[in-house]
Amino acid sequence: MPMSDFVHRIKPASGFSLGLKELWQYRELFYFFTWRDIKVKYKQTWLGIAWALIQPLGLMLIFTFLFSKTWKIDTGMEAYPIFVLAGLICWNLFSSSVSHAGESMIQNANIINKIYFPRLIIPGSSILVALFDFLMGFIIFIIFCAVYQQSVHWSAVVYFPAGIFLLLTAAFGLGTFLAALNVKYRDFRYTIPFLLQVLFFASQVIYPLHSIQQTWLKYLLAVNPMNAAIELFRLPLTGGEANAATLIIGLTSSLLLFITGLFYFRKTESYFADLA
Amino acid sequence: MKPAIEIRNLGKQYKLTSAEPYIALRDVITHGVKNIFSSRKKTSEKFWALQDINLDIMPGERVGIIGRNGAGKSTLLKIISRITPPTTGEAIIRGRVGSLLEVGTGFHPELTGRENIYLNGSILGLKRAEINRHLDEIIDFSGVEKFIDTPLKRYSSGMQMRLAFSVAAHLQSEILLIDEVLAVGDLEFQKKCIGKMEEVSKSEGRTILFVSHNMDSIRKFCPATILLNQGKLVSQGNTEKTITEYISKHLAINAEKCWSNGVLSYDQNIRLNKVWVHNTKNEVLARFDTTEDIGISAEYEIFNENVAFTHGINVYNQENINIFNSHDVACAQRMKQKQAGVYQSTVWIPGNLLPDGIFSISYALFNPNPVDVFVHEHNIVSFEIFTDFSKLSARGNYADEFPGIVRPMLKWKVESVNN
Repeated sequence: MPMSDFVHRIKPASGFSLGLKELWQYRELFYFFTWRDIKVKYKQTWLGIAWALIQPLGLMLIFTFLFSKTWKIDTGMEAYPIFVLAGLICWNLFSSSVSHAGESMIQNANIINKIYFPRLIIPGSSILVALFDFLMGFIIFIIFCAVYQQSVHWSAVVYFPAGIFLLLTAAFGLGTFLAALNVKYRDFRYTIPFLLQVLFFASQVIYPLHSIQQTWLKYLLAVNPMNAAIELFRLPLTGGEANAATLIIGLTSSLLLFITGLFYFRKTESYFADLA
Repeated sequence: MKPAIEIRNLGKQYKLTSAEPYIALRDVITHGVKNIFSSRKKTSEKFWALQDINLDIMPGERVGIIGRNGAGKSTLLKIISRITPPTTGEAIIRGRVGSLLEVGTGFHPELTGRENIYLNGSILGLKRAEINRHLDEIIDFSGVEKFIDTPLKRYSSGMQMRLAFSVAAHLQSEILLIDEVLAVGDLEFQKKCIGKMEEVSKSEGRTILFVSHNMDSIRKFCPATILLNQGKLVSQGNTEKTITEYISKHLAINAEKCWSNGVLSYDQNIRLNKVWVHNTKNEVLARFDTTEDIGISAEYEIFNENVAFTHGINVYNQENINIFNSHDVACAQRMKQKQAGVYQSTVWIPGNLLPDGIFSISYALFNPNPVDVFVHEHNIVSFEIFTDFSKLSARGNYADEFPGIVRPMLKWKVESVNN
């Protein structure tokens, strides 16, 4: 192959570029990292798959017991289990994306120290792995909808992907931001579980956002992009109308997260090998 | 023809802030709080791992890189392979770069040999189509075809190494950066790989940069060599010439200690002039492989008649553990009355005793009973021991961690007891 095909000028790190072209060149590595993590995870097949399912189903049972039998919450839906399962599979996608992406750079430090490739591939592929788990959960969710005879509006074709897209945009931003922070400040990782716990209760997983009385609190919670994402995801189930304010605030904060995370990651990534 | 690698004024600076490169958030916070109360600015020491490197390497050249530990060899490879950015200057790379700073990067124990070929290959920059095309060849070359669909965790370390080498040997990049880590493992197999790379290099005009401490492999593989010292390029050109310069000028730094005025004993009777480390050919050296005998010689002058004393050394390893001491108890000259004049003492540390590592020597002239120390100089000379896999050492061809404070070659006996 002709030499002139690959000319690279190595210079001190400066400026900012998304490096999309380069990411495209390395797309196969993207695939292999994702493939590796899924393969390793599901190597003991039934256990791997079972775990991805037991977790949301178990929580669904607990929350159903608590909030539909003990303290009744008006969800605007017939079946609380479906309501909470929809929230849980979305939440699981978000939380495992963020926590795996956040830890990913440290876990792959030995590779980062030895080989060059666009570093974004690492947190990116851990989000794809989380998405794969989500698809398993989604199948179960569909089965449960059938069992509970839950009607799903045809607009789900738009709203499901839209919710997931919004969710992933936010998760990618937060995940890459935490991944970069984790490389620099090694003890930051201990705050991630706490951060996620707070976000869980600030997301409308077990309760609907409209059940909150205080208007100011509603607006504050809307800043958490998970509320907009779950709102979109649940629309075809409740048949209600989306709260425009929640969606706009959530979309804005999710885009801001995405840009901040990506920018911070790209700005610091060239020094990862010196730090890791 | 344009150079494959063109390096201009390249430099890399590291900040030496603390023992650990990364920072703990709690420290930042506590420092921040402290700084509110004290105006003293924290000064961080800076250190140039590489400085003002200028270098042109033409396509198809095979260039060795030598230098002491910390000379900047690995940093140079890391910059060319884009793992870390330079602080100053630039490098223009024409061609795809494959870097082998480690064999088996990204190998995963749960995946099978075949899956790991794909994973490792793609991490090293092979396209999937290229791996598909060379898959049979790689498996064949590794000699582990029987286990190719077995998880890697069931492989012996030797088998893992062979698989890793096979992938490495089939890299398609025009520029290959090889660090000396490649020089561990099954020697026969390693030769096969180097042979394969050399063949490709010659027939396809591949450019190779090869870092090694093993002068023999550099001689065999690289017609040209560059020498780095403390981050600077001090010599380049013909391999033999560069190696000679390295051995004579750079390796001997710690291997010899001369005092301009000598070290006088408290009674002014004896003066220690110099101490040096050397091989059996009397060449002053600071690097030995584990099998070599290491000579430690000292020259001292006696100013009075009928002075009697004994000689001794202490040997410390890099963790500052006193591994052993030796007194001249088995020497005819022990406690003999000596006349005025210049003397030389030599003690031999046998091969196959010290493991890989850095060792420092203290030297003493003293009276054992009652104890009366005339001269005792601490850590005056030091040397490094490495494994040469082409020789039979206590390590054999075992490539994994081989710890231990000493590494003697012991006698083993195995016999059948079925009767």
